Amino acid sequence: MIDYLIGPFQYSFMLRALFVSALVGFLLPVVGAYIITRGRAFMTDALAHSLVAPVAVASLLGFTSYVTAVPGGIAIAMLMGFLSRQTGISDDTSIGVVFAGMFALGLIILSISVDVNPGRAINIEDLLLGQVLGVTQTDVLISLVLTVVVAAGIFLFHRHLVYTTFDPVGARVAGIKTSLVEYLLLALLAVVIVIGLSAAGIVLVMAMLVIPSATAYLLARRFTGVILLGAFLGVVSAVAGLYLSFYANWPSGPAMALVASLIFGVATVHKRAFPVKADE
Amino acid sequence: MNSEPAITATDVTVERDGFRALFNVNFHIGAGNLVGVVGPNGAGKSTLFDAIVGALPLARGTVELHGIDGRPGGLAYVPQRDNINLRFPATVHDVVMMGRYCHVGMFRGVSRRDKEIVRSCLERVGLWERRKALIEENSGGQRQRVFIARALAQEASIVLLDEAFSGVDVGAQEGIIQVLQSLRDEGKVVMLATHDLTNLAERFDQIICINRHICAYGPPAEAFTPEVLEELYGSHGMVLAHTHAGGETHIETHMAHD
Repeated sequence: MIDYLIGPFQYSFMLRALFVSALVGFLLPVVGAYIITRGRAFMTDALAHSLVAPVAVASLLGFTSYVTAVPGGIAIAMLMGFLSRQTGISDDTSIGVVFAGMFALGLIILSISVDVNPGRAINIEDLLLGQVLGVTQTDVLISLVLTVVVAAGIFLFHRHLVYTTFDPVGARVAGIKTSLVEYLLLALLAVVIVIGLSAAGIVLVMAMLVIPSATAYLLARRFTGVILLGAFLGVVSAVAGLYLSFYANWPSGPAMALVASLIFGVATVHKRAFPVKADE
Repeated sequence: MNSEPAITATDVTVERDGFRALFNVNFHIGAGNLVGVVGPNGAGKSTLFDAIVGALPLARGTVELHGIDGRPGGLAYVPQRDNINLRFPATVHDVVMMGRYCHVGMFRGVSRRDKEIVRSCLERVGLWERRKALIEENSGGQRQRVFIARALAQEASIVLLDEAFSGVDVGAQEGIIQVLQSLRDEGKVVMLATHDLTNLAERFDQIICINRHICAYGPPAEAFTPEVLEELYGSHGMVLAHTHAGGETHIETHMAHD
């Protein structure tokens, strides 16, 4: 049994994968807690798909994807936020327009990069489903730095994020700059999605952001409980998914999302059996 | 500059999608006033509050808020139930603590003083025992008292409550009015919008009757005339004024619902 648990980590690539998976499992549900309580899960999915465009640009130019994905992701998130707030078009519609346009643009740039950089272009399957076993030392370092940046942002703005999520009008009247807080959350969301791409891929990064948070929302009574329990369940899902990926030769993203979904299923059954949330 | 809280609206006009939602609104509310803003649905009560808090651009006119300049949290707003995310997992204590956020810097945590203020505010509205209840687990009246406690914790000197009696039974309305009167007695300006004051009209110092413009403004006995109620509610509104032996006028406004 012990051999099964520690065996994979005799390989350095598995140690890197474990580190990044744990980071992703921890960080995505922390930001996810703010996202699901705002009812903005679709924004996450749309933003992840839109990131194909900046990642494809990196592939075309021969850069590591973080170089374009972080600023590109933040810019796209700002654009979605701006369109939602300023055009009078509904949130879903404006997000859907940007999502479709950026995804289409990204796929076209990717196909061009395959012709321009044969052999160096990003594999579309890895991009869509994640390939945490292939992360490099540089990826680990960049993920760590970005995680520190996001954690600092959450720590500093937690109270403002909570107030604007609960009562945006009351928060604005009390003197909180709600637009700034909204854009900050979108920027943080963009960064954590970029971090999550390597582990969960574009298709399933939303799963790692939303499902552990949603599970925690079912079980925890207070918002801090949703954050902490979500982070714990995220790490459990990510690490368990990594083992499945290693031993069953499954793609890492789907394996993690599957574990997270199973935990959500168990929590739902538990919630139906014991509907009162536990006191903290 | 006068340091007492007050609101002065001068020729306020608000347009929405080319429609004049409010026009020619003028009033001055001095410190220590409890003001009811009364009018039918769609009369512009929420629009007036949005104009006061600066959430809507004015097509014409000005709104001046006195006595809160440069002070964080001087203005507090209790929105309608629909504008609050009641599924957010926050306890009564958490919500009242939000009132302290504008006083707490980014780099320091909530202090013992903040906690003491929250406790005293919850005790004042009679909800300390319910501090651990989730906000969604409270009745409409309890929720309103939670938000009033949040305004207290915020140390606001001007408090606006939009449709504060919506979904609140008459007994709970009385409790809310008593808390608001105590705020008024401390010199704060309290404005409460409602589409129906039922039998609480006389508990306010001033009444603003509004139907996209100000139909009447003054003490309840002067504001609620049959003509004004006709303008507000058409033939469905009526006023009952009883003069007691001591000369005190008791007013009830009623709306006949179809």
